[in-house]
Amino acid sequence: MTEQTYAPGTYPDLPPPSDTVGPVHWLKANLFSSPVNSIVTLVAIYLLYLALPSAFNWLLIDATYVGETRKDCAPGGACMAFIGERFNLFVYGFYPAELRWRVNLAAILLVVAGAAVLWDKMPARKHIMKFAMIYPLIGAWLLSGGLFGLEYVGTHLFGGLMLTLTIGVTGIVFSLPLGILLALGRQSKLPIIKYFCIGFIEFIRGVPLITLLFVASTMLSYFLPPGTTFDLLLRVLIMVTLFASAYMAEVIRGGLQALPKGQLEAANSLGLNYSQAMRLIILPQALKISIPGIVNTFIGLYKDSTLVIVIGLLDPLGIGRASVADSAWLGLSTEVYLFVAVFFFISCFGMARYSLYLENKLNTGHKR
Amino acid sequence: MSTPTPSTNPLLRAWYDKETRSIIVQIIAAALILSFFAYIINNAVVNLAAIGKDISFNFLWQNASYDINQHLIEYSSTSNHFTAMIVGLINTLLVAAAGIVLATMLGFMLGVMRLSNNWLTQKIAYVYIEYVRNVPVLLHILLLHGLIINALPRPKGSYNFGDTFFLNNRGFQMPSPEFQSLFWIVGAFVVAGIAFAWWFSRHAQKVQDETGKAYPVAMINIAAIVLLPFAVYFVLGSPIEWDVPALKGFNFKGGIVVRPEFIALWLALSFYTAAFIGEIVRAGIVAINHGQTEAAQALGISNSRTLKLVVIPQALRVIIPPLTSQYLNLAKNSSLALAIGYMDIVATIGGISLNQTGREMECMLIVMAIYLAISLLISTVMNWYNNRIQLVER
Amino acid sequence: MKLINKVLTGVALTAMTATAAQASTLEDVRAADELKCIVTTGLAGFAAPDANGRWEGFDADFCRAVAAAVLGDGDKVQFVPTTGKTRFTMLNSGEGDILFRNTTETLSRDADLKLSFLPVNFYDGQGFMVPASLGVSSATELDGASVCIQTGTTTELNLADYFRTNGISYEPVPIETNEEGFTNYVAGRCDVYTTDASGLASTRAKFDDPTQHVVLPEIISKEPLGGAVRHGDDEWFDIGKWVVNALINAEEMGVTQANAMNLAANVGNNPSINRLVGSEGNMGEMLGLDAKWAARAIAQGGNYGEIYERNVGPNTPLQIERGLNALWNKGGVLYAAPIR
Repeated sequence: MTEQTYAPGTYPDLPPPSDTVGPVHWLKANLFSSPVNSIVTLVAIYLLYLALPSAFNWLLIDATYVGETRKDCAPGGACMAFIGERFNLFVYGFYPAELRWRVNLAAILLVVAGAAVLWDKMPARKHIMKFAMIYPLIGAWLLSGGLFGLEYVGTHLFGGLMLTLTIGVTGIVFSLPLGILLALGRQSKLPIIKYFCIGFIEFIRGVPLITLLFVASTMLSYFLPPGTTFDLLLRVLIMVTLFASAYMAEVIRGGLQALPKGQLEAANSLGLNYSQAMRLIILPQALKISIPGIVNTFIGLYKDSTLVIVIGLLDPLGIGRASVADSAWLGLSTEVYLFVAVFFFISCFGMARYSLYLENKLNTGHKR
Repeated sequence: MSTPTPSTNPLLRAWYDKETRSIIVQIIAAALILSFFAYIINNAVVNLAAIGKDISFNFLWQNASYDINQHLIEYSSTSNHFTAMIVGLINTLLVAAAGIVLATMLGFMLGVMRLSNNWLTQKIAYVYIEYVRNVPVLLHILLLHGLIINALPRPKGSYNFGDTFFLNNRGFQMPSPEFQSLFWIVGAFVVAGIAFAWWFSRHAQKVQDETGKAYPVAMINIAAIVLLPFAVYFVLGSPIEWDVPALKGFNFKGGIVVRPEFIALWLALSFYTAAFIGEIVRAGIVAINHGQTEAAQALGISNSRTLKLVVIPQALRVIIPPLTSQYLNLAKNSSLALAIGYMDIVATIGGISLNQTGREMECMLIVMAIYLAISLLISTVMNWYNNRIQLVER
Repeated sequence: MKLINKVLTGVALTAMTATAAQASTLEDVRAADELKCIVTTGLAGFAAPDANGRWEGFDADFCRAVAAAVLGDGDKVQFVPTTGKTRFTMLNSGEGDILFRNTTETLSRDADLKLSFLPVNFYDGQGFMVPASLGVSSATELDGASVCIQTGTTTELNLADYFRTNGISYEPVPIETNEEGFTNYVAGRCDVYTTDASGLASTRAKFDDPTQHVVLPEIISKEPLGGAVRHGDDEWFDIGKWVVNALINAEEMGVTQANAMNLAANVGNNPSINRLVGSEGNMGEMLGLDAKWAARAIAQGGNYGEIYERNVGPNTPLQIERGLNALWNKGGVLYAAPIR
């Protein structure tokens, strides 16, 4: 064999062998790498062939998106016309039409406050953070009014998307601090506090949310002094917050337990007292570890807000359910529920993605 | 603490002492908690007294007077509320157990699909998991129920599977067995088969540990539990008669019917929980160090045995704790039966009985206690299993 | 020890203040300046929100009449929508002050559930509705049918009794609200929908072509529907009771929405009418209200006959004839105790 040499630059690079690049190689490596794999691929393609085109036709090609009643819809396709007719109901519930600007304003401010909390490169973040801290109060004032010249709007008029957001945001804002307290309480060396926290957490986690909501909505007045009562939505908010905080506490406890004991010992040896050690050393680390769990709990809380339909509040699902029974739009359960599903999917999937981003950003190399 | 401030005030001195302080804090906490409970209980007593009610569980022995469509034990409108409660409890347990089984199978399948080197299956599993777990479970339940009652035909146009199984919007009808007198012999053989299999597995394990000789345990056990009783069954001349459902009037008569409410709830709970289990399984398998697989391969262990003997036992340790909480969630979510009219514990004792007797306090106490008990039961079983498979550190 | 003593005393004190805070329903309603009225989640003709979210219907009008009598303004009502299952719990726990929710009066509800029923304001009975295409003409032909039924109602119990007595089998399909029942019935999950005849009329009116659905001739129960309040507050019970009686008496005497306030302003020749509208005597005072209580209640939504005709009568989509609900001197059984 004679050795062949090329002067640099005289010959172009040869392309790689055709079976290691390009679509053919990709197909071979990812879909048909072995006989079993090939069979699986073919079966999957067949199943997709069965499902996708008909679903596509039903949802897009044969579907009707504009119309007044069921009769305007083409047979054989999805009847999405109800969305246009009921869109305002899905977004605002029964909120008075002339006051809806307040809901819109609250939503815009929520975006601003949320951006400051979630996005650390936001311009003027420090100032907006201060605003975000008091946002829950501002939001509550904008929505229900009754103070400083805003007309009062009863919470029984809340509904649709704004109700879901109200429950979700309130639950998220208040369940985290409460959850931290419960988690610390559960780790406490003081037996009474410890067992109270354990009892509370385990009770809440042991019963379904709807039984708690049922008690809060129909029986709470038994436990209040005769004649007193308070707003139904407020009770729901409290119950949802308590419920989420019990789950939050367990997530954070996991984070606390994952920290090496040396961290606390080091803090003690520096002369930090309990609250300093927790605030400066333990919690920042524990919370960082718990981020995926915390976000999952948020998503769970957000999804659980649909359960309020069981006690008669009308979130998007409740409105959808009422639409199903409307004689003008009979028999549309699939369309209505799919529409609501898309809404929930977008918001929950968004939260999950953000959690991934945060996890990667805060990963300071402890993970190997 | 460094330098305790000398003080003449005994109270202040007590406060600076760590032990005393913790006792004081606890007493205050206990007082607050107790007074809170005393307050609300007192309110309840006062409020109940004002309308002339008391707390009593005697209503459980009164006639329930309502019918329940799905009852696995003897029940009619002349049974008492206690029986109605048991019927509801059984329905809850049935859907929870069936849901756990299906969710686990689907979940493991999804977890493996997510790690498959086949691009298509991996993506299908990914899309499925992301869609299902980001949509509320109540929505899945309502959507499935709506689909079943709207899209499936009415009884007259049922899908007919060989005149024995029928599917329509009243549910899935299938034949029910009626055991003849000789059937107990078959039953006895099954029991004996299980006993034999149990003994034989232990024996085979012992032999393998001592001598390294492996019996085909699974094959022999299947033969003992399934094949032999089947043979006996045919020898005895098939001592089961099947009650085949048939369309009579409005509905199918005879056989067993699996109602749309059960199907919708069961499938929705399983599909939903399976998405979470899929992610847990994936995380569990990924958590196993790749060196383990390589070591097994270096020892010449086949791929399937590597999976069975090396990867899965270790992955299970990571999988079991989060799996337990998924099972708990499934059991609790079964209370959403309420939304579609499946007669579970919330619908019977916590719903109709509560309403007919006006015993809100008692009924809600019962419902909550039962859910707590179910949660406790699942945790106990899973903890026991978890301890069994935990790494024994030496 | 001292500390524990102090704590226990504190607990006891708080408990005692709670006991002392017991107030009457009338005072509570006046203090809140709002009547919390328990109604259904939506049954057209009886109580249902219209397109603007305003509650309309027979029951809603009775709520407004009570509010007009007690608070002077019929719009000071907060409607509390409930399902058949939650209504009594809500009333008893104090979530509502009064209940007008097409509710049947029965002994056990009165004695065991601790409700006090106001006079019957609607005589009803349970019936069945089936699609005309089934060709069923009598309830006895329903053997083996699936029956949609609202849970937490007397209809559920009647149904069990009726099918048991007649020895026919059925599959109960429990549903929570009228809407759900409607959805299930339309989808064909059940062959039959059963509820009070008035409710069937209301549901049937929702179809594009009501003639495709028939209400079977059998009425299997007596359903005297009326309002209710909690046990233990007789003054409040009396107010509810006499508002209903006043509306029925008003129809009998010809006092209407249009003329009630005029009659109240001048003392007329008919002492019965004078007592009713408060231009004579001190009837209102006896109830703890002012003299014009009944006049306001009538002026709010009209007398019984007007409320009936407007919401459920023959000229409404429900098309329910007066029948039993006519006055006693017009062939019905409405016979209100006199205001005297």
